[in-house]
Amino acid sequence: MTAGATGTVLRVRDLAVGVRDTDLVLVDAFDIARGERVGLIGESGSGKSLTALAVMGLLDEGLQVSGSVRLAGVDHDLVGADDRRMARVRGRHVAMVFQEPMTALNPTMRVGDQVAETMLLHGSRGSRSAARSAAVDLLRQVHIPDPEQAARAYPHQLSGGQRQRVVIAIALANDPALLVCDEPTTALDVTVQAQVLDVLVSGAAARGAALLFITHDLAVVATVCQRVLVMYGGHVVEAGTVQDVFTRPRHPYTAGLLAASDLDAVDDRGRLRTIAGTVPAAGHFPDGCVFRNRCPNAQDDCAVAPPWTGPHQASGYACHHPVPAVAEVGRG
Amino acid sequence: MTAALAPAVARGWRRRRNPSLVVGAVLVALVVLTALVSFVWTPHDPTFVEASVRLRGPGSGYWLGTDKFGHDVVSQLMVGARTTLFVGVVAVSVAAVLGVPLGLLAGMAPRWTGELVMRLLDLLLAFPALLLAIMLGAAFGASTLTAMVAIGIATVPSFARITRSGTLQVMSTDYALAARAAGRRPSAVAVRHALPNVASLVIVQASVSFAIAILSEAALSFLGFGTPPPTPSWGRMLQESQELLFVAPRLALFPGIAIALAVLGFNLLGDGLRDRFDPRLEDQR
Repeated sequence: MTAGATGTVLRVRDLAVGVRDTDLVLVDAFDIARGERVGLIGESGSGKSLTALAVMGLLDEGLQVSGSVRLAGVDHDLVGADDRRMARVRGRHVAMVFQEPMTALNPTMRVGDQVAETMLLHGSRGSRSAARSAAVDLLRQVHIPDPEQAARAYPHQLSGGQRQRVVIAIALANDPALLVCDEPTTALDVTVQAQVLDVLVSGAAARGAALLFITHDLAVVATVCQRVLVMYGGHVVEAGTVQDVFTRPRHPYTAGLLAASDLDAVDDRGRLRTIAGTVPAAGHFPDGCVFRNRCPNAQDDCAVAPPWTGPHQASGYACHHPVPAVAEVGRG
Repeated sequence: MTAALAPAVARGWRRRRNPSLVVGAVLVALVVLTALVSFVWTPHDPTFVEASVRLRGPGSGYWLGTDKFGHDVVSQLMVGARTTLFVGVVAVSVAAVLGVPLGLLAGMAPRWTGELVMRLLDLLLAFPALLLAIMLGAAFGASTLTAMVAIGIATVPSFARITRSGTLQVMSTDYALAARAAGRRPSAVAVRHALPNVASLVIVQASVSFAIAILSEAALSFLGFGTPPPTPSWGRMLQESQELLFVAPRLALFPGIAIALAVLGFNLLGDGLRDRFDPRLEDQR
């Protein structure tokens, strides 16, 4: 899809997040179409959450942001917009689901009020009582048993899975065009994860909302997302459909991630595969290709930043020495 | 402990006997009750000077005796309880009304504004409360109100600090971020989410400050900068008794005990409330 097409919900261009002279995130471009589900994967410290917070305009005041983030239905750029204008965008055009349901709700407020408040805040329900009953409806839609009673409960009276459903209800309350999910199932019991994902995906689909899904759980991306962006060192190093990227990874980092997530494959010493080394601290990534100090294919020319290879920004990779296109990775 | 047990255990903690809360509440209730009763009944007119009964010992008619002017000590103590509570209420109100909003502001505002507010309050903190009260007393005349306002102003920094630390904590939580993600502005997050969460801290601070205010008023009255005659005040009763310390030590003893019990009561109440409200202490017991 090309930038500015009618179906585009989110359009990110030249997004840079940094502290003083250290760049933490440098994303050239990515788009998300209406109703599309896009995964953003990478190790901890690769810049996934910073990218999400930059889209929300919720970065810490000490960080500098530049570039352009445009959202369908909003007539100004989200980067550099003041708090007053951003407050009208957040929760209405774009909403967020957080990682930790134990802390994402105010312990001193009833959950029904917390759901209702989001609607009152943006005037999508006229009265307090209308918002209350809409909140109970939302709680029912996210499959919380006995929603009337749950609306009157405090967060500590609900289980982790139920709380995450409440967080999802809050995010869906104003029918946003984009839902940013920051590892929404990482903190949940494995048995609950699938149900919560189902609620999230069906809730978003019912509203035509697009998903930007941040996770390091590749299995979750494979079930939820249509497209995937692989991030490392603050850069998007590979992009494409889930099918393409997961079966035919071209960037050595993506290949390493996939190999590491295969629990059947072992190396010569009988150990699970890993990516050698660790993610460097922010600001200590190498020049040129950010992955070259851990990359098995690294050569001298990797000191020059690799160009994007691919038909467009939604499909391709940034690497001088990609994994051969036909290689079957992780089973070797 | 398993997740299923956690709520039951939490309820158990809450029900657990909390002796400081009980003893503190009883002592405070005693002072409040005494003050209330003094509005409708005292054994004698507390300010009536009866020369014929000067320095009577305890006995029937005058349960705790009389002072050098012939005032009934019981009646003076009862009406003095009024002054004591009045002092505490106004001083704590002044401190909370100024301190809590300042603390909220310092906790939610951009870093430099918060720092500026707190450094200014540090200046105030460095200034002794009694000295401030004596200065205000000298400028505006010694009165209970002046003393109370001075003590209140001097207590503003502790309220602001406690509110700020609580606010900073809440503002860094996920639910504060979630509220921002839902479209709340920082000032609204502070009022809607931080304030209810710091309320328990403020209540505890209020009851401890109450005790300090009582002690300060007694000290000011003792120095002659607090409650002027003829309004009875425990501090001034102490002052008037000092020249008779060897003749009638009981005149110093009774108001001294009253002050000690009231201060003890509010301190214990503060401790008890903290044990009850502060979830972080729960696991340590």
